[in-house]
Amino acid sequence: MAEAAPTVLELKGITKEFPGILANDHIDFDLGRGEVHALLGENGAGKSTLMNILYGLYSPDEGEILVKGERVHFSGPGDAIDHGIGMVHQHFMLVPVMSVAENIVLATEPRRGGVLLDYDAADRRVRDLADAFRFKIDPKARIENISVGQQQRVEILKALYRGADVLILDEPTAVLTPQEALELFGILRSLTREGMSVIFITHKLNEVLEIADRITVLRRGKKIETVPKEGSTEEQLARLMVGREVLLRVEKKAPEPGETLLTVDQVSVEDDRGLPAVRDVSFEVRAGEIVGLAGVDGNGQSELIDAITGLRSMHAGRVTVGGKDVENTSARKVLDAGLGHIPEDRHRRGLVLDFSLAENIALHDYKEEPDSRFGWLFPKRLIVRARRLLKAFDVRGGGPTTLASALSGGNQQKVVVAREVERDPRVLLAAQPTRGLDVGAVEFVHRRLIEEREEGRAILLVSLELEEVLSLSDRILAMFEGEIVGEYTPDVTPEELGVAMTGGAREQVVA
Amino acid sequence: MSEQVPPVEQPSPGEGPPSPAARLSSLQRAGGIVPPILTVIVAFFVGGLVVLATGHNPLTTYREIFAGTGLNWFFQVGSHEIGVPYSDATVWFPWNVNDIESVAAFNLQQTLLLWIPLVFTGLAVAFAFRCGMFNIGGLGQYIVGAMVAVWVGSSWVDMQPGLHVILAITLAALAGALWAGIAGFLKATVGAHEVITTIMLNWIAYWIGNFAFGQGGPLQNKVNESVPVSSDVAPGARLPVFWGDPLLQGLHIGFLLAIAALVVYWITLTRTTLGYEVRAVGFNPEAARYGGISVAKSYFLAMAIAGLFAGMGGALDILGWQFRLGQIDIQNLTLPFIGIAVALLGRNTAVGVALSALLFSALLNGTSTRNLDPEVFQPELAGNLTLMIQALVLLFIGADLLILGLWARAKRAGSRRPRVPTAEAPT
Repeated sequence: MAEAAPTVLELKGITKEFPGILANDHIDFDLGRGEVHALLGENGAGKSTLMNILYGLYSPDEGEILVKGERVHFSGPGDAIDHGIGMVHQHFMLVPVMSVAENIVLATEPRRGGVLLDYDAADRRVRDLADAFRFKIDPKARIENISVGQQQRVEILKALYRGADVLILDEPTAVLTPQEALELFGILRSLTREGMSVIFITHKLNEVLEIADRITVLRRGKKIETVPKEGSTEEQLARLMVGREVLLRVEKKAPEPGETLLTVDQVSVEDDRGLPAVRDVSFEVRAGEIVGLAGVDGNGQSELIDAITGLRSMHAGRVTVGGKDVENTSARKVLDAGLGHIPEDRHRRGLVLDFSLAENIALHDYKEEPDSRFGWLFPKRLIVRARRLLKAFDVRGGGPTTLASALSGGNQQKVVVAREVERDPRVLLAAQPTRGLDVGAVEFVHRRLIEEREEGRAILLVSLELEEVLSLSDRILAMFEGEIVGEYTPDVTPEELGVAMTGGAREQVVA
Repeated sequence: MSEQVPPVEQPSPGEGPPSPAARLSSLQRAGGIVPPILTVIVAFFVGGLVVLATGHNPLTTYREIFAGTGLNWFFQVGSHEIGVPYSDATVWFPWNVNDIESVAAFNLQQTLLLWIPLVFTGLAVAFAFRCGMFNIGGLGQYIVGAMVAVWVGSSWVDMQPGLHVILAITLAALAGALWAGIAGFLKATVGAHEVITTIMLNWIAYWIGNFAFGQGGPLQNKVNESVPVSSDVAPGARLPVFWGDPLLQGLHIGFLLAIAALVVYWITLTRTTLGYEVRAVGFNPEAARYGGISVAKSYFLAMAIAGLFAGMGGALDILGWQFRLGQIDIQNLTLPFIGIAVALLGRNTAVGVALSALLFSALLNGTSTRNLDPEVFQPELAGNLTLMIQALVLLFIGADLLILGLWARAKRAGSRRPRVPTAEAPT
């Protein structure tokens, strides 16, 4: 454990103030050799600021950084790298059209005759490095052709290639599928066995307990506590993070399903390449129930959502919303039939980031009174409505005229939820409603979905997070390779559901 | 790369690659009014260095150019007669409203005559920009508008005068809309890129014009068969001149229409559902589609409205002071391209377009051979100086984006307050 290992890195009393906010307030942090030290905190708790200081991107107002006992001053990432500190950002910094090896040796390319790039040497070096740490990766593969998980491995290798023995990983699992996350944990374990140290930034409690040796919790720029993994529980960590008791279990009454509001009947959809993505899927969702659609990413869920919401044409089948046929009409028709849609990706689809919150909230209804009349828009009315909604949904960080891009992820998601719920839809399709949100915001969204169920809406929840599906749903459908491969009650074990999601239990389901 | 979770702790405008036009326009609106002004100052400074290199004094040259623009008309501070009948009462005023005959007044009229088409072609670029499209087709749309205007204006000579003008302008504007609408339609239906299609439409309009007014062409005048020019616009189809001498290219009421167009542009974008749709599509077409907006329809309408502006600009030039259109005019047409610079410098806002159109029209008029004393600076060189300043402005608009980008990055790294902490607390 950490006590025995020599300290490789120490931060003492780090303070950083931005205009109007104390991002880091005298934070102490240390890292032992061969240790995974998790930095846990909600969005905006100061995790990224602290790590950016350590990586030389910001300079601290106060405090000192010691690397292997020696006081250092970083004026840029170059200095940090020279001291063996490597960082893997949430968004990878790779050149998509170049090979794995080329990306890794970038800026320190082996040369032949002074000018020519020595590809063979580059491949060889990368292969040696990958072998040394038992990474499975093809040095010749092009970045754009490999999975996100593999791209992340390339980023890690890049840091190792530059001589890093301290790795900072910023929310590394946010972009990964559950399987890829498990593989990443395996890699991290083999790295620490080789004497590397890892700082793991996250806000996911289960990951912390899975991989970290010690956990430091930050809240509002202050260090709350550093605790060893042993003896820590999710509840305790959540309390430290949020500063109050958090309900991790969603409490809900037994469902009272009413009339059928959404039917999906033998729907088949093709993906962008024209390959079948959804095959003959049928199910229905009734008023007052939450149906969870569980599946590993890329098994046709996105295409199914798009087809139901009118954003993608379907190959075959029927969809009715509140009794109205809506298949292959338009997004507008589906909306008008009474469907609310919390989209998978709030940046790509859910919000116009350059629009104000008021304009974003009007995204579906701008053509109707009171927002507009005969094509004439009333910006003041948009603002009045937005102000009311932002208050009702406790959106913080801006008012009706603030640009959507200025809000944090959790608050952006609240805006989306507010807009979709406020239209009083009969059917609510929530796709990955808590992706990238912190504990507090997740709790909010979950509670809200249950409330909407109580209101008598039919809710279809599509999520990659098994726990979310299990805790919210009244019925669970497992999807694999575009087909519904099983229907379960919420008391199904995660293992059983996991097997179904990976194709282990293909069976005919009568919806 | 495949799907990514939106960054939670970093501000990142937009996921996925936005169109270049969308990226440009959102970056452009980022920096406020300072960068375009700096852009212009630096462009003039570099232009001054070139003047210096040719052995002239940049300060006197610029002063002379300024005098040529007629903008000095505004600087006749003093007591002026206010024209109360049966009295010679005077009142203090920054400029002399009664002065309609001086050289300055004449020059100003010429500058404003150029301002009108620059406003219209600038709006044509700006409106498409706001919908995420780059309309390079101002030239074609302008030509089509001008052709229709000259054709309607020179036909039906006996029509009631007011009606004739209105008909000519309306049909010309519709023709421009239709012309640009082709590009919008192609983008909406088969996804053909508007830059390619509008350039192609430019050439089609160019050659149709050359054919129509060429010798034996259908729109060539019947009086002198050897001159490749149209018939004259009938007196009843000409726009009334409200300031200056109608025989000496006074300022026609197209000036007021240009101001109206700027207001309409602003109102359409900010106060109508159409403008809402156009802006939503311009910022994020995927979110617009999700919101229930027909993206294809928005593309078509935005392009058609852009063409409406450009076509109207062509019509006003014909009906306001040119009164005829020849092969030579079409071949020498550069104004619609300056419209691109006008929109870029004006950052696609109504006020910005008005001001940058004034800058470019003043520059064009101030350096024209008629207005520049050869003793100070050779007019031939001056024409090039205008081109150079134009080019520098365009160059710096590009650089401006670069600087804004770097600035944003520097702010991110430096003492910038992260956006998140303000929005910290959970529920």
